[in-house]
Amino acid sequence: MSVRRLYNDQPESFAFTPENEAWAEKRVALYPEDRKQSAVIPLLMRAQEQDGWLTRAAIEAIARRLEMPVIRVLEVATFYTQFQLAPVGSKAHIQVCGTTPCMLRGSEDILRVCRTRIAERAHELSADGAFSWEEVECLGACVNAPMVQVGADTYEDLTVESFEAVLDAFDRGETPTPGPQVDRQFAAPEGGATTLTEPALYDGSAPARWEETRAKKAAEAEKAKASEEAKKADKEKPAPPAPPAAEGKGSTGKTAAEGKGTAGKTAAEGKGPDGKTEDGKTADMEAALAKLPADASNEDKANAVGTRPEGLDAPRGEADDLKRIRGIGKVNEGKLNDLGIFHFDQIAAWDEAQIRWVGTYLAFPGRIEREDWVGQAGTLAEGGATEFSKRVDAGDVPSSQE
Amino acid sequence: MPKIIVDGNEIEVPADYTLMQACEAADVEIPRFCFHERLSVAGNCRMCLVELKGAPKPVASCSWLVRDCRPGPNGELPEVKTKSDVAKKARRGVMEFLLINHPLDCPICDQGGECDLQDQAMAFGVDGSRFHENKRAVEDKYIGPLVKTIMTRCIHCTRCVRFTTEIAGVSELGLIGRGEDAEITTYLEAALTSEMQGNVIDLCPVGALTARPYAFHARPWELVKTESVDVMDGVGCAIRVDTRGREVMRILPRLNEAVNEEWISDKTRFIWDGLRTQRLDRPYVKKDGRLTPASWQEAFAAIAAKVKGTDAKKIGAISGELASAEEIFALKSLMAGLGVANTDCRPAHSPLHPASGRASYLFNTSIAGIEDADAIMLIGTNPRKEAPVLNARIRKRFLRGGLEVGLVGAKADLTYPVTYCGAGPDSIQALIDDKSYDGKAERPMVIVGEGALNRPDGAAILSLAAKFAVARGAIREDWNGFNVLHSAAATVGGLDVGFVPGEGGLGTAGMVEAAGTGDLDVLFLMGADEIDMQALGNAFVVYMGSHGDAGAHRADVILPGAAYTEKSGLYVNTEGRVQLGLRAAFPPGEAREDWAILRALSGELGAKLPFDTLVALRAALVAAHPHFALVDEIAESDPKAVEALAGAGGSLDSAPFEPWIDDFYLTNPIARASKVMAECSALAHGLQAEAAE
Repeated sequence: MSVRRLYNDQPESFAFTPENEAWAEKRVALYPEDRKQSAVIPLLMRAQEQDGWLTRAAIEAIARRLEMPVIRVLEVATFYTQFQLAPVGSKAHIQVCGTTPCMLRGSEDILRVCRTRIAERAHELSADGAFSWEEVECLGACVNAPMVQVGADTYEDLTVESFEAVLDAFDRGETPTPGPQVDRQFAAPEGGATTLTEPALYDGSAPARWEETRAKKAAEAEKAKASEEAKKADKEKPAPPAPPAAEGKGSTGKTAAEGKGTAGKTAAEGKGPDGKTEDGKTADMEAALAKLPADASNEDKANAVGTRPEGLDAPRGEADDLKRIRGIGKVNEGKLNDLGIFHFDQIAAWDEAQIRWVGTYLAFPGRIEREDWVGQAGTLAEGGATEFSKRVDAGDVPSSQE
Repeated sequence: MPKIIVDGNEIEVPADYTLMQACEAADVEIPRFCFHERLSVAGNCRMCLVELKGAPKPVASCSWLVRDCRPGPNGELPEVKTKSDVAKKARRGVMEFLLINHPLDCPICDQGGECDLQDQAMAFGVDGSRFHENKRAVEDKYIGPLVKTIMTRCIHCTRCVRFTTEIAGVSELGLIGRGEDAEITTYLEAALTSEMQGNVIDLCPVGALTARPYAFHARPWELVKTESVDVMDGVGCAIRVDTRGREVMRILPRLNEAVNEEWISDKTRFIWDGLRTQRLDRPYVKKDGRLTPASWQEAFAAIAAKVKGTDAKKIGAISGELASAEEIFALKSLMAGLGVANTDCRPAHSPLHPASGRASYLFNTSIAGIEDADAIMLIGTNPRKEAPVLNARIRKRFLRGGLEVGLVGAKADLTYPVTYCGAGPDSIQALIDDKSYDGKAERPMVIVGEGALNRPDGAAILSLAAKFAVARGAIREDWNGFNVLHSAAATVGGLDVGFVPGEGGLGTAGMVEAAGTGDLDVLFLMGADEIDMQALGNAFVVYMGSHGDAGAHRADVILPGAAYTEKSGLYVNTEGRVQLGLRAAFPPGEAREDWAILRALSGELGAKLPFDTLVALRAALVAAHPHFALVDEIAESDPKAVEALAGAGGSLDSAPFEPWIDDFYLTNPIARASKVMAECSALAHGLQAEAAE
């Protein structure tokens, strides 16, 4: 933007055409008599549409008409860059969007065309007076960048060639078709739709399929609800007097908040829809653990809930760095090594019972599933890398340092 | 009233106070550029940012109301911090941005030394700039002969735009463009037409708008400041006269809420170059039809020779528009000593007379009282020309809403809408007879101007106006709505002193006529230049005054006097407010203060006046008229005088009222000697002003 002044060569007078005059009268009548200056912007815009640009005579005529001081109208006219204060091309005034998305998509090429073909500088007329151009801020169709506006029409998805073609059409006195200058409708994908293309969506069978799916889901939800209620009823029976778990996880059926270090919810409340408690114990695990004496070792507990994975006596060659698995630190790596587990493929091969066993043995049931050790180990066993292992390899994880 | 904590002090302020007002109530100063008490709030300079506890960012204290502040989470009082790091950082940031495009031309800037930006940059800014790009430059605009523009310095506070639009009532200045390219200008750089435009110079917080006549003449710190009173019109604006050595360098307004608030007219402000030109600096005596320089003794001897051989009935004295009350009192005493009854201080045909009571010739409602009025009828007056500052007060009242203004007399643009009620006395009679008037105005004002009074049927018109005021219920115990608007600074003082024709004496018009017919042989003119000098015939004219104007051209003896900035004196404004003007400079050459001239002359004429000092003269004045001791106050006057006036009646001439002041810029000898005023006058008359340089 630059300093905006009235043009040096001004016509003598200004008058609305009869139809614009009628329009202006209606427009002014929209406002109360003592607030008629509210019509200043519409009237200025109309005057500009009539003459192509805003003349001094028009500014003064509108000021008189709305009983405003001329300086107030001038303030409005110079404030808004949409008001052209200098003559514009008789065939077209090209407003090129130069804001970032258009710039990234090549508006600078469009501007280059303007400079070479129309005039060196913005707001100057071309040699024949037919064209002028300016760079404007965002025209609001970034998906169709780059674009130009001519009058009320926009020409989008331009290339140097298609823009030249648009200019040629204007030069011939035609009005080129506005909108995207490539094979697309409005902002739709170029060359046609890319989603929702399956013919089955449109052959009339879709409603029946939706109905079927909905019925299936409803049945499942019903079933889940029933089992939930059954479990609840089970819980409400007086629980056998069992001591809290040695590691202090409140899981006796009473409020867990009394236990150490668990979330303040009852085990029942904390259960998810899959029937697992928050820390990953299933109801039957709990039942099995409850049978054990209070001083049972982790190994006993593990035996009660799962199957001990097969271990190796010694690593096959060099042991894998298990610490590259998220969740395994130095301590756990040592414990796993004691169990004879040295390689990613061993962990990757664990089944559900083995996972339960290791989880209970390491005194954090559920964590192995949560952190997906098996999946991580599978990736690493195949020679791949996880986000975490990359960080370990880069030395960014202190707990995994030797 | 809500309570609020400002910098740790709890204060109680009205809910409609802004935070800035609340801070001021707590004696905390907030820097500002765009905010001004008498203008609308723009909130665009951001210099007044303060930290408001709980607000996510600093708030502009000029536009944030106390009632908008929320209490803390536990009901704590809202807390404003003006000295916190947040507030200080905000100010530093604003200041840095303001200075990005402000030129560093303080050494050649006329605002230097009294620049808000300079002062606040010192107090609240940082020591350097991080801006290394080119500064913006803006073309200077021509907006008239009085206000010089250096637009690159503008910080876009828009005070000038708001002043001209709101106070002066001419929507001529505006801010065109936007953002960095915004510029203050008039439409097509036309000259401002306001007679109050000089005030934008004071309002401009930077050096963008400065006084063109004063440009590069002086620095504020080398000027001696004297607080005085203006005599350009009957309002008596409070002014400060800045002098360097013997010369008056400029005149600025002083704050006086009762009279001029903080505005003065352009004539008041820019008259000072007239104080240096056309001065009478030595006595002159006419010899063989030519005025020749003379000594004081020769001049006094010439007068004494003439006066001693003349009958007192054939001697007259007229005092002018700029005389102080002491001088008029001294002249009155001298004339009384000589037994002269032909004395007058009023313009020709004026019906105002102290015998009618003081309320009959004062602006009784008072200027501040205009703000209480709800209806004003202007009779034969154009306050915009006769008293621009008073006119601004009417406009201020109009902007508040609920004011109706009517006008009988010559049509004029008064900067507020008026209902035109007619041209002459008949229209006033019609208004009195108007039965459809519903009497809803509770505090109506009638303002009578000299254009209505100073004509042969003036007494009848004054009576009619008083009758109108009484008929409209403007004269009550709690409200006196009858007002006479004087256009001259000396008239009320003269009337208070009683300088009107004595028994059997002639008034101004009578004296001029008698001089023309040869019935008056000696005429003393004390600064009286507004009478028709051609009509004085062969009378021996003694002119006492400061400027070589109409009176001096006609005079047979010239006694050089002091201008208003060169003497101390009491002036009574149109409200009847006694105000003290102080001497800021000394009269040039052999010129003397008028009272001293009269005292010396009295000795020569054998009617020695009984005072040798101004103090003694003032004491004598106060002894004779005690209300002169009440400086800056208005002595009470009895509204019964207006009712008596209403009953006086008289025969009316139906001629329309003529405008009393034709050319606002050239109403007195000093103004006519001023080049600046001449330029303004030429502009006002649509003539092409010659380029000064």
